[in-house]
Amino acid sequence: MATEAAVVERRSAGRRLADLLHRRPRLQVGALLAGPLGWLVIGYLGSLAILLIAAFWSVSPSSGELVRSLSFENIETLIDEPVYRTIVVRTVVIASLVTITDAIIAFPIAFFMAKVASRRTKAILVVAVLIPLWSSYLVKALSWRTMLSSGGIINWALEPLGLSGPGYGNTAVWLVMSYLWLPYMVLPIFAGLERIPNSLISASEDLGAKPFRTFRRVILPLAFPAVVAGSIFTFALTLGDYITPRLVSNNQFIGNVVFNNISTNLPFAAALALVPIVVMVGYLLVARKLGAFEHI
Amino acid sequence: MRLSRRSTFLLRAAVAVGLAFIYIPLIVLAIYAFNASKILEWPPPGLTLEWFPKAIESTARDAFLTSIKAGLAATAIALVLGTLASLAVARHRFFGRETISFLVILPIALPGIVTGVALNNTFTQVFGIDLSLFTVIVAHATFCIVVVYNNVIARLRRMSASFEEASADLGADTWQTFRYVTLPNMRSALGAGGLLAFGLSFDEIIVTTFTIGAGEQTLPYWIFTNLFRAQQRPIVNAVAVIVVLISIVPVYLAHRLTSEEGGAAAGRGVRGRVEGGGVETEATAVP
Repeated sequence: MATEAAVVERRSAGRRLADLLHRRPRLQVGALLAGPLGWLVIGYLGSLAILLIAAFWSVSPSSGELVRSLSFENIETLIDEPVYRTIVVRTVVIASLVTITDAIIAFPIAFFMAKVASRRTKAILVVAVLIPLWSSYLVKALSWRTMLSSGGIINWALEPLGLSGPGYGNTAVWLVMSYLWLPYMVLPIFAGLERIPNSLISASEDLGAKPFRTFRRVILPLAFPAVVAGSIFTFALTLGDYITPRLVSNNQFIGNVVFNNISTNLPFAAALALVPIVVMVGYLLVARKLGAFEHI
Repeated sequence: MRLSRRSTFLLRAAVAVGLAFIYIPLIVLAIYAFNASKILEWPPPGLTLEWFPKAIESTARDAFLTSIKAGLAATAIALVLGTLASLAVARHRFFGRETISFLVILPIALPGIVTGVALNNTFTQVFGIDLSLFTVIVAHATFCIVVVYNNVIARLRRMSASFEEASADLGADTWQTFRYVTLPNMRSALGAGGLLAFGLSFDEIIVTTFTIGAGEQTLPYWIFTNLFRAQQRPIVNAVAVIVVLISIVPVYLAHRLTSEEGGAAAGRGVRGRVEGGGVETEATAVP
């Protein structure tokens, strides 16, 4: 009996809380948001803020200890040393090239999937694009490392033509990154194109537009936000990767320098990490204006 | 869309080239896993099966289990936090609502090194805790929230709030409405979001290298550390092929989830019966 009473008691406590939440929607919002916002604002944004502060710390050259006082040393090194300028420019240029390459390769695939293929072919293609997305990133990068090596399949295939592959270097990084992030571009564009009603395309055709004109004036403007959504991934993933550059080049990218400094000179690693933060926050603000967030 | 023969042909050619680009590296890798020689040369001098048993017996197996553990824990956290945030944004109006989507996206939109360095710095310098599997899980959960959030919020926006209002009008309290109306309708969205979150965590390497403790290894981390050891290369290749084969499972599951959704999107799930203030479930068996 006592336990039954306890159950009733507990249930009514739950019920009372439910009534309270129902009467006071503000409280309900607060309860819903406490966890996620606590995690993301205090945990994540807090970490980013501390990182920002750490960028202005320094490391004592004699003892190697962290000196937690304001110093512009790191920022000055970043701006004054041409090495770092080269690294930043190299990373951003490759990230842009990868994004453009992926958009060019992904659009026809996504378009074919969404608007041309039969239901069956479409289902097969979706799976065909998804499988490499799910298979390990490292596995794919590894495969390229062997393909690009001097005794690899690329040189073997090009040799009869009197050519040779790009070998390891910036071209290899561009190629491999374009490969790795391609599904991240195909899927948002595919979803974006699926959302365009076929009646709009028919209307354009009925009004006498040639296919190219329909494509340029109807489909492309409607699909553009989805392309921007895909580009967020291709751009950000390239900007922050340090493993692919290590596998297929000897060049330094932002990520490599950050990783190499994390245990010896944390403040400098933090200062350098600010570069991709600034670039990406700017990119995201523009992307949101273009309506890309609906497509992620 | 009506296309000329020539454009259809060109489009098909572009798709074929794209798919070849996607699959050739995976096929090459699969062939190397059977390579009889330890030296990676093309074409391989001979074929063998010996690397597969060695791969299964290697430390990769422990790393695989660690990855599963980390993935499940990170997914569980992401499911809870992502669902809470999406309920708040989809069903309420409040100051700063528009910025939530931005905030949620940030951990995945910022490059992995940024998230990695920031969390590494907070763990080691601010809290003074040692890096471990726990710190990996916290880091993974942070960037997994977005996929759950996006899936669930898309569902909530398609699902009319009038179901929930009807439930409340019929006397169900907040918990009952959530349990018997909202939750069943979100089920496949939660499944898809959870699957994506698990996939993200399972494959993650960059944030992992910044947050993993000494002695711990996830599967990508295992591949990464063994990659540069010439002796281990054939085993790494075999592990890689096994990973690709395993990856077909979640793709299949995701496919099932989305096709199930197409068949029974509306109406399903409201299987609670409201009776005199208390809700009693009918047959709770899940189809």
